[in-house]
Amino acid sequence: MAAPEEALSAGNVILTGADGAPINAYQARPAGDGPFGGVLVIHHLPGWDWSTKEITRRFAARGYNAICPNLYARQGLDVDPDDAAAATREAGGVADEQFVSDANVAIEALRALPTSNGKAGVIGYCSGGRHAFLTAISLPVDAAVDCYGAFVTGTVPDGFPLKVTPLVDRAGDLHCPLLGLFGNDDQFPNPEQVDELEAALKNAGKSYEFVRYDGAGHAFFSVDRPAYRPEAAVDGWQRIFEYFGTYLEA
Amino acid sequence: MCSYLTVPTDIAGSAKGAQGWFNVTSAQVYFDHPFHAPFDHTLNIDFTDPAKGPGARVAVELSAESARRLITSITEALAAAGTAAS
Repeated sequence: MAAPEEALSAGNVILTGADGAPINAYQARPAGDGPFGGVLVIHHLPGWDWSTKEITRRFAARGYNAICPNLYARQGLDVDPDDAAAATREAGGVADEQFVSDANVAIEALRALPTSNGKAGVIGYCSGGRHAFLTAISLPVDAAVDCYGAFVTGTVPDGFPLKVTPLVDRAGDLHCPLLGLFGNDDQFPNPEQVDELEAALKNAGKSYEFVRYDGAGHAFFSVDRPAYRPEAAVDGWQRIFEYFGTYLEA
Repeated sequence: MCSYLTVPTDIAGSAKGAQGWFNVTSAQVYFDHPFHAPFDHTLNIDFTDPAKGPGARVAVELSAESARRLITSITEALAAAGTAAS
């Protein structure tokens, strides 16, 4: 069997938010007629950066339509992603309601592609991990991957400047299988908080798979940072593709 | 970790950014993931004028150690200036 060509095309598209605002999104699509599953990629707190776009291309190379909306698009479509991230942070972050609305628009865009098989999953890293969970309890997706998302469980400190609240009380709303990838040296979320989430999912009778890596902390997928842990990241990527292969392919 | 925490302060002065000099009115200080620096976490300072939009920003991302050295340097420089910096 010939090796896959991993041919793809990628670039920015403009979506329209439910509030009418334009949202720029990075979209990567495999070559060919499909049909392909879709993956919504959620960027982390530092913004709509090159590393998240690289991840988006990675999914396309593996045969998925992928899209990464700029969650900070309301700072302006022409604003540098790092400036938009800083301004959004100063403004207290993105409200969950706005995120869910934008995620819904992006998922609909994935499913509207002529090469779509109608299925869509979501993945997010760091703050995007919480957003992936939020997507999975709010929108009709077929699979979700939470990579070390903080504040799904735990307590938000008093006076916390960002608009985040724990989501664990809504574990019963999860309507798709969830893969969680965590580092045991992480503090946000720490292992006890991961335990709390796992217990909530178990009690609610939800389908989930958690993998916890020793010797890894937060952001172990980040290839350009000291936090990178090759063994955890390589295993994690394999599990992600197996998971999406199970739930997103026709 | 993601600290998420931000410590803002009002400031008065100027900074030079991509569009040249501008007045800065606010500084956001936080220890979190950097956008560019090759560290897991950095002490980040955004010198901004929010009234001029997101692009009116001068950003630095410093290792924790260098941030502490910077604090010392600033303190020493102000002390050396005596009453002129009071």
